[in-house]
Amino acid sequence: MEVRELVKRYPKAQTDAVDRLTFAVASGEIFGLLGPNGAGKSTTIGILTTRVRPTAGQALIANVDVMVAPRTVRSLLGVVPQRNNLDRSLSVRQNLLFHAAYHGVPKAVRTRRAEALLEQFALTDRANEKPELFSGGQNQRMMIARALMHEPRVLFLDEPSTGLDPAARLFVWDRIRELRAAGVTIVLTTHDMDEAAALADRVGIVDSGRLLALDTPAALVRGLTTGASLQIVVELADELALAELLGRLGTLAGVQRCEQVGTEAAGHTIRLYLTGEAAAMVAPVGAAVAEVGARLIGVQICEASLEDVFIDLTGRRLR
Amino acid sequence: MLRAFGSVLRRDIVVTGKDLVAFLAQVLLQPVFFLFVFGKLLTSLGYTSSNYSSLLFPGLVALTATVTAIQAMAFPLVAEFSWTKEIEDRLLAPLPLWAVAAEKVVFATLRALVASAVMFPIGIGVLGSVPYRADGLGLLIGVVLLGSLVGACIGMTIGTFVPPTKINIAFALIFTPLLFTGATQYPWPSLAQHLRWFQVLSAANPITYVSEGMRAALVPTIPHIPGWVCLLALAGSLALFGTLGMIGFRRRAID
Repeated sequence: MEVRELVKRYPKAQTDAVDRLTFAVASGEIFGLLGPNGAGKSTTIGILTTRVRPTAGQALIANVDVMVAPRTVRSLLGVVPQRNNLDRSLSVRQNLLFHAAYHGVPKAVRTRRAEALLEQFALTDRANEKPELFSGGQNQRMMIARALMHEPRVLFLDEPSTGLDPAARLFVWDRIRELRAAGVTIVLTTHDMDEAAALADRVGIVDSGRLLALDTPAALVRGLTTGASLQIVVELADELALAELLGRLGTLAGVQRCEQVGTEAAGHTIRLYLTGEAAAMVAPVGAAVAEVGARLIGVQICEASLEDVFIDLTGRRLR
Repeated sequence: MLRAFGSVLRRDIVVTGKDLVAFLAQVLLQPVFFLFVFGKLLTSLGYTSSNYSSLLFPGLVALTATVTAIQAMAFPLVAEFSWTKEIEDRLLAPLPLWAVAAEKVVFATLRALVASAVMFPIGIGVLGSVPYRADGLGLLIGVVLLGSLVGACIGMTIGTFVPPTKINIAFALIFTPLLFTGATQYPWPSLAQHLRWFQVLSAANPITYVSEGMRAALVPTIPHIPGWVCLLALAGSLALFGTLGMIGFRRRAID
């Protein structure tokens, strides 16, 4: 799957929803597309799934241009939307069977495949019920099973575990990993940084329609200018000691900067932003605290996460 | 592609099949009451002459065909595009977009044809007999079929151009005039001397040509617009609303 210099400007819009976006996803890879609301994720997925017409650029699924051969592309991809779009007039089994029939899967094949997927997604018991009263988790399982009925080469999942309970979420994650093992390319859009870090081989972070970063989750975290941090709570004799302590901590090797982030009855909370690993800094920091005659009463190691990368790139502004 | 098209059509038929009684009740209740009050009741009481029912019946079949098709198209389309999103699974099937739209038109037309066919036994039940002429059968089928297709395309136009939040008000504003300016309850040519402005207004309503075509087929002794004019006007309406409906459908399906 590949997009080249992709541009989308909606009629009457002042700016491009997608602005010269270029990236490629390897076959059998889980790719996480991250970005704040309105960043252009949905538009990009819309173009790739033939539902949005690009203004310029090219989008390819398995080397087929989505603009040139949309029907071929639709037969190659499966889509699991964020919003429930199941056919409420049909039973669970019929939802799967009709989906396959729309894709021209022969009757014997689709019947066999539906039974296997119902079993795999723990839906066999309720296969003859209509999905009206199903929980979010059941709907989600059903939509994934439905998308797999025509054996797509590329699967698009939009916020696959939003609103799911922990068990359902782990179940969905396991199925996604199984699909990768079976060679299916997976494009995941999500706000959930833990999900992206847990599942994605690589993530692309977009904002204002542009790609800001693209790498493995681990490499993105490593690349942060603000690495790990250490948060300590100290009991001090007086304010003078605090200034002295902050001065000493700030000059320690491996500390980028430090600041007081809070004062409670128990003591003062200080955060140290580090250039290296946090665990190695606990001893020197403890020694520095002792030197000014203060008492260390709490230490917390804060490793940087994908969320820090995300906030670092896209900011804290609400949209 | 034909197989996929067939599957989409089969889905609609399966879903309607489960609810056949509700479907027929929904589309036939109004014409049955019309037929009973205006065709039977007022005639029995002596307020209208007995030939009024033979004028009214073809008009009511015409109205049933067109209105059933409009409703079978517009309401589900609005819901599927806006609320249930059910149509997405079909839009993501390897079918051309026009085929998904065409299936909707075919299905709405089928519903309309069933509803208008059922009007005949109901007419016999309520009125005792209904006008019928074997010579007019070809014209009757042509007019009802075209009328249903036009209705489906009007439904697609309304269902895709009217914003979903305004669909209720749109239906209220569109339906009542459509109901009473379609020459259903009166013969169009007779308006020439009495109410010229209303005749002009009625000429703009495609249902007029379905009603008049039905009269040409069933009761040619009543003044009517010639059958070929009706067929031509309906073909023109079909081209117009078919194009508008398709433009609207494309707009909703692809950004």
